[in-house]
This record gives sequence, C-alpha cells and structure tokens, in this order.
Amino acid sequence: MTSTLHSWGGYPDFPQTSHICRWRGEAPALMGRVFASYNSTLPYGSGRSYGDSCLAESNQVLHMRAMDRFIEVDWQQGIVRAEAGVTLGEILSVSIPQGWFLSVTPGTQFVTLGGAIANDVHGKNHHLRGTFGNHLRRFGLLRHGQRLLTCSLTENTELYAASIGGLGLTGVILWAEIQLMPIRSGQIDSTVVRFSNLAEFFDLSAELDHQHEYSVAWIDCLAKGADIGRGVFIVGDHAQYGSLDKEVRPKLQVPLTPPVSLINNFSLRFFNEAYWRVHPTKRTFKRTSFEPFFYPLDRILNWNRIYGRKGFQQYQCVLPDASATAATSDLLAVIAGSGQGSFLAVLKRCGNISSPGLLSFPLPGISLALDFPQKANLEPLFSRLDAIVRLAGGRLYPAKDAHMSGADFRQAYPAWEQLEALRDPSLMSRFWKRVTE
Amino acid sequence: MKKILIIGATSAIATACARLWASQGAEFFLVARNDERLQQIATDLKARGAKAVTLHNMDVTDYDAHPDMLEKCLASLRQIDIALIAHGTLPDQQTCEQDVAVALREFANNGTSVIALLSRLANQFEFQRWGTLAVISSVAGDRGRPSNYLYGTAKAAVSTFCEGLRARLFKVGVHVITIKPGFVDTPMTKGLIFPAMLVAQPDQVARRIVKGIKRSANIIYAPGFWWGVMFIIKSIPEFVFKKINI
Repeated sequence: MTSTLHSWGGYPDFPQTSHICRWRGEAPALMGRVFASYNSTLPYGSGRSYGDSCLAESNQVLHMRAMDRFIEVDWQQGIVRAEAGVTLGEILSVSIPQGWFLSVTPGTQFVTLGGAIANDVHGKNHHLRGTFGNHLRRFGLLRHGQRLLTCSLTENTELYAASIGGLGLTGVILWAEIQLMPIRSGQIDSTVVRFSNLAEFFDLSAELDHQHEYSVAWIDCLAKGADIGRGVFIVGDHAQYGSLDKEVRPKLQVPLTPPVSLINNFSLRFFNEAYWRVHPTKRTFKRTSFEPFFYPLDRILNWNRIYGRKGFQQYQCVLPDASATAATSDLLAVIAGSGQGSFLAVLKRCGNISSPGLLSFPLPGISLALDFPQKANLEPLFSRLDAIVRLAGGRLYPAKDAHMSGADFRQAYPAWEQLEALRDPSLMSRFWKRVTE
Repeated sequence: MKKILIIGATSAIATACARLWASQGAEFFLVARNDERLQQIATDLKARGAKAVTLHNMDVTDYDAHPDMLEKCLASLRQIDIALIAHGTLPDQQTCEQDVAVALREFANNGTSVIALLSRLANQFEFQRWGTLAVISSVAGDRGRPSNYLYGTAKAAVSTFCEGLRARLFKVGVHVITIKPGFVDTPMTKGLIFPAMLVAQPDQVARRIVKGIKRSANIIYAPGFWWGVMFIIKSIPEFVFKKINI
C-alpha cells in the first residue's frame, strides 16, 4: 500500500509520498535509504500541522504513525515511555484508568507524541504548566549516520533543547518519555460565561485564570462596532470525584471533500451568532467528560474537509502582555472589517513558564487563533495582520503557518540559527526552506 | 481473563487483535520469528493491560518445532482459550509461475504450516473440550484468480480444512472460526495498489475478528462487505470467469 499524505490545512498542496517506518530497528536503514534516493526527507506523524512545516522539501516523508507501541509505563510515578507515533489519545486511553492525565494537551488528541514535541504544543493550562516540552523527561533521537542518541536535560542537552519545537529537523524522534499528572476522575468541572467585549475578556482572564487549571475563550470575530471582541469564556478543572472510565464517544465523519468550501460568510455569520447566543450570560457550572472539553473538534473526523479542495489556513499569533490589549483589538477590527471571518476564533492567555525548547512558540501574553478558507484575497489580509503582530512584538506559530515571511520569522525566533546549526543535514521541510532562505 | 496463543504475532492484524484483548487483561503466548519485534510487542501489550506475555521464537515451516512450542505454551498458559493463527506471506504470482521451489515454499508458508499447526492444536482443544481456534484465511481462497492463484490455493486449502475441523470439533464444544480479510493496509501488502475504497485498516479488521470470536461466528469476511463482493465473484460462470483478468 502506498498512499500520499497532506498537511491538515491542505495548503500549500504538495502531496507527500509516505515511507512507512514500523519498527525502531528499521528506522536507521529507512532514513538512510530515503535520504540516498531523494537527498532529503522529514519525519511525519499524524499530519496535524496546518501549513508546510510537516511537508518535506523532497515530498518524501518518513511516516512515523505506525510506530505506536508503548515501551514502559510506571503507574506509581506517572511516567510513560512510548514510540514517537503513539497519539496523545492512545496515551490517555491507557493512562486515565490508572489515574493519570497528560500534563499538557493541545486541542486535538490525534497528534503523535513525536509531533507534540517537534511543535512544542501547549494547551488550555499554559499559564500553569507551560508547554509539552516542560514535561518531557527524555527522548531517543536518530540522526543520519549516527547511533541513537538519548536526549534529556542532562544528556545531549543542546539537541534536547533544539528538538523541542525543532519542527522535526534535528533528527527523527523514535521514542519519548513524558511525565503525566495525577487525576481523580476523567470528568471536568467547567464554568462558562459569555462576555460582550475585549475589556470584559481581560477582566475575566485576570480574575479566573489563576484559580483554574484550564482557561480558554472563543471570540466572535465577525462582530462589529460595540460588539467587537464578544465571546465565551471557559474555565475548567479536573473533577475531584468521579469515574476513571474512558467514555467512548461515537465519532462523526466528513465523508468527502466538497469542491468548494462550506465555510462562507453566510454560514460563518450564522454559526458565530448562534454560538454566542446559546451560551449563558451568567457564570454556569457544568460537569463534562474530558473529551468534549478538550477536543470538541475531534468529534468530527476529517473536519478539515469542510473547507473544500482549496483547504484553509490558520492564523495563530501570540502577543506580549505589554501590547496585547491594543494589538488584539486592532487584529479583531481588521478581521471584522475585511468581512472574512473564522469559524472558531480562540483566545488564550499564555503564562510566563518558559519552555526548554529553542523555538517554542508561546510568550507571556495573549494567543489568538483563527481559521480562514483559502482564497486569493487572504494575502492582503494576512499582511495587514502581520504588520500589527510585528509592531506589537508578537510572533506566529510555525505549526500553523503557511505564509509568514522569512524576515518576520528570523526576527521573532532569533534562536533559529542555533537550530539551523544543529539541523540534521538529511532533513529539510518546506517551511524551513521558505523562512530561512 | 482470556489465555491466548497467537502464531504470527508480529503481523499487523494479529497485533491489532492482541491490543484489544490486552485492554481486557488477557494473558498471551506469542509466536513469531523476530525476537526484537516480539519483545517490542510484549512491552506494548503489557502497558495496554495484558496480564502476562510469554514469547517464543519459531519458524512455522519448521514442523518438528511445533510440539515443543505447544508444550511451552501449555506450560505457560495451562489452557488455551483462543488460538489465533495469523502468519502469512503474499507471494508474487509471476515468480511462483517461473520457480517451482518458490511456489512450494509459499504454499508451505500459507497452507501446509497452517494445516500442521491446526492438526496439533485440534487435538489439544479436543482434549480441553473448550476454546476457539481462529484462523486467518483470505478472500483470495474463495476463487482462483489469475493474479494470485498460488496464494489463493493455499488459502482455499486452509478454508476447507477449517470447514471440516469446525464440524469435527463442534461436537466437543470447540469452535473454529474462519476469517477472510480483503485488502488490508499492512506490511504484507506494501507496494501493491488497491482501490482506496476497498482498503481496510488492521484495527478495523481486528475489531471484527474479536467480535466474531466473541459471538462464535463460523466464517467472517472482514470488512463485512467482502461477503457481497465474493458472492458476486463466486457466481460468475467459469466460461465467463476464465476470460476476465482479476
């Protein structure tokens, strides 16, 4: 079976040929073979990176998803060692019954362990726990022509730091060991309240973030005038009492890719208005299972297909605290004015816990993420947004990116030269080529 | 919890089945040729909830090694609740047409070795008066097609053998299930091009197998739609069938 792979956003469209890596013992030879035939390659996990950071310059990727075995688990200490292709969801399905949860989880459980490290993902508890890399004990890194290296805070420390958020360029991560956090139940106690403008968001965030493990907000990016920045604030904590059984929710499918995007101005306006209206004006407590709380979109497999054949781009930036209030409202004004909106715009305060990773995305401040169907007129919009982010001293998230300029990248991630120096010469992504040339 | 013997334990479908049983706390005796891979599967199954995993290295075509394997399996598990025969290779039909030695070796891999193992296991199960023999055959055994009739012939032998064995062991309370997968995305089918609509993932096939064993099905196609596909293929009269290339 040979199949082609894509990035999650489907833009840019460079189908990748998959070279499946199934066993740890096979990896060195496979990596050598693909490099010898195609001059460069790149490890590829679940393909949940949105833009071109998961696409190889040669379009020939080492597909790691089949390496999905656990190596060692310690339920006393909450330590899991597994192969890089295991997904976070697979880890949860064995760890939750034992009373352990991921210390940090992104908004989808379908990413692989290797991908979570390579993009140094963060989640709704960034203000308390930092990024995925903050809970990474060690990992095995395969570099071309070398024997397998173990990297940690004490061994091969340079490669450890460079690989966290290293976009898969420092070598192929074959296995990793992470620290989980204890939980007493698989349920989440959440509190939801809607807010009518950005000022209210910042008040809520200042009041509630430090009281709760998880905090995130959804913003109606189509709202105009006095309504700009209205949204829904959601906080949550692991319930102290409840069951540790993992509920299995039936998954829905988007069976095919429609020729045009189903996300248009009409459906967006309707959805955003409805989403805002169904949420309560008063703080409302609710107990939910962890899946709908953390992974609402995982309910619908292949939801990226609703954007049609042209795909979509996500715009995710983080703005430092000092300039966050003004810059966020500028960004929202420009987006609302452009008439191009996003289905789900997510606003989240990032904390000041620094990651061990060289090229980690979060900064202490506010992160904003929006999805846009791919269209020719995205470019002028994005360049206006980029100007605001640049002025505010913020930066964009490589895992989501398909457009940022090389100059912006190098300015925002000055450590890129250190990563370039440590890059495995047999690995090259389309993203890296684009922003470092 | 179940005590399970798996022959060909490093195959993708077998691994996927084992993971489902592991989450129910099963105890395993795994047989395959590659020690390193067996070891990696064992640690994975334990993390997923397996109570115990014992490993055994054996080449299925080394028939003299079968009794020793069975003895060690019984010493470890004491009884076998489920035996899953999952090993196999997918030969290149054209090579088999040119090289008789290859053809016979492939027939041994996919046919003779299964019959040899089943013959010994059948006596053990008859003695236990308990358990399920689950055998992975193939849709390819349902009709000889020019594109891979050597493989098909071996699988037809396995399917027919299972049919007879099922009727024999039914009388002593032992169940035999014949599993006929279609195109599955595994290392065995690497490099082949199938219509994407027809390709199943090992996990999907495994769920159907585990369910089929639980409800004591006799013959299952995996995925289920292959029953319909093969019904049509089997209904084509020979004078037409010989003119088409599938």
